[in-house]
Amino acid sequence: MTTANPETGYNFGYLDEGTKRMIRRAILKAIAIPGYQVPFAAREMPMPYGWGTGGVQVTAAILGKHDVLKVIDQGSDDTTNAVSIRAFFARTADVAVTTRTRDATVIQTRHRIPEAPLRDGQVLVYQVPIPEPLRFLEPRETETRQLHALAEYGLMHVKLYEDIARHGHIATTYAYPVEVAGRYVMDPSPTPKFDNPKMDDCPALQLFGAGREKRIYAVPPHTRVKSLDFEDHPFRVQTFDRPCALCGAEGVYLDEVLLDDAGGRMFVCSDTDHCEERRAEGHLGTGGMETAHA
Amino acid sequence: MSGRSMLARGFADPVHDAQGVFRAVMDALARPGTIQALATDLAPPAPLTSELAALALALADADAPLWLDAGLARNPAVAGFLRFHTGARIGEDPAEAAFALISDPAACPDFGAFAQGTPAYPDRSATLVLAVSDLSDREGWRLDGPGIRDSARLAASPLPADIASRLARNHAGFPEGIDLIFAAPGRLAALPRSTRIAGA
Repeated sequence: MTTANPETGYNFGYLDEGTKRMIRRAILKAIAIPGYQVPFAAREMPMPYGWGTGGVQVTAAILGKHDVLKVIDQGSDDTTNAVSIRAFFARTADVAVTTRTRDATVIQTRHRIPEAPLRDGQVLVYQVPIPEPLRFLEPRETETRQLHALAEYGLMHVKLYEDIARHGHIATTYAYPVEVAGRYVMDPSPTPKFDNPKMDDCPALQLFGAGREKRIYAVPPHTRVKSLDFEDHPFRVQTFDRPCALCGAEGVYLDEVLLDDAGGRMFVCSDTDHCEERRAEGHLGTGGMETAHA
Repeated sequence: MSGRSMLARGFADPVHDAQGVFRAVMDALARPGTIQALATDLAPPAPLTSELAALALALADADAPLWLDAGLARNPAVAGFLRFHTGARIGEDPAEAAFALISDPAACPDFGAFAQGTPAYPDRSATLVLAVSDLSDREGWRLDGPGIRDSARLAASPLPADIASRLARNHAGFPEGIDLIFAAPGRLAALPRSTRIAGA
């Protein structure tokens, strides 16, 4: 049934066709039931759990020979995880790869949503470590499944309320729970809550793969994704008090980069492609290296 | 032709043909009301259409049983073709099927005959693939819900006379329910259970 890649000896996209069919069926049900976690028989992949085995399996199942793949890890195209996964698919599926968000048809991501707006026809594949938003509140799968079946999400509201009681504000800053299409509460994977608004009414299809936990879920394009909050404590994203030191961008998510042992640091775009593109357009930051004053 | 002497071939390129069919179905389900191209050169035994055959070959296997409507069940060559190419069990009981292939959509059994999933596992539900002859996104039902920007339209025929109330009931049972794929010659559209429908 399968045609092996002459160079690697593996089927197109590494997975065998039977596995792809199983994953594809899970993806179709996930799309039909937005935010619901579909169990699937995740395979061992040639990388350890925690390195994106769920995302890789979803990508392998949807990828075709005309796709253009981008892989990011915390917004960056050039960290180990992103480079390895991109090379993995360039080798086993011989697909075109890119670092440019706008050129990609499939974007696999670990913990960020690109700054450039996504468009119709793109697929964003998230690597998910723990798909169950209620897991740290209720460890039993049999119970969380019932809670989802009954749409009983009081526990999550209590958790957010306890944040307010203790800290004066909702202190959850990443993997911030969302309600999808008015029904299922979903874990957006450990993206900073800064990215949550981008999930709402997003023109791209969003697929989530959790390899170790063996779950796939989805948010179809143009779907209402609401971050949980309270009337008197509305959802707010992080803000930064300075622009990117390299490209001067404001309103983007910044990484803190340590520069030396003396406390020197700079804040730069976490989305490397976005930053490079802005610099190519002539935008320049202050270069702003800060030194600590002891 | 005796069903035994010649078995129609499957996908010419099993890997990429299956991927192409899957992506068309995925895009159709993710964007209800849009019509996706579905090119296939399969020539399965009648009354199995090449589109129904392509969907079955792309998605069914030993873990995903098929159910055939009366028209398809009448010609044993249809089951023979599907069994050989997919390895899927073809059951008598529609409630056991992952995919139901329906060649005569006007006579589609009540949706309640198929697996609806359970409150805890709504994904354990059937996908109905209906061989319609006409498909249009310019008239017909008004759709809204996940996957739809503002609103979309979809018309498919032939369908049962009470299709509007069936679809309304199916949506009302969300997250349980079935999902529908309408496969016309060369193209397809889909209505997941999440889609709200106004005005048939």
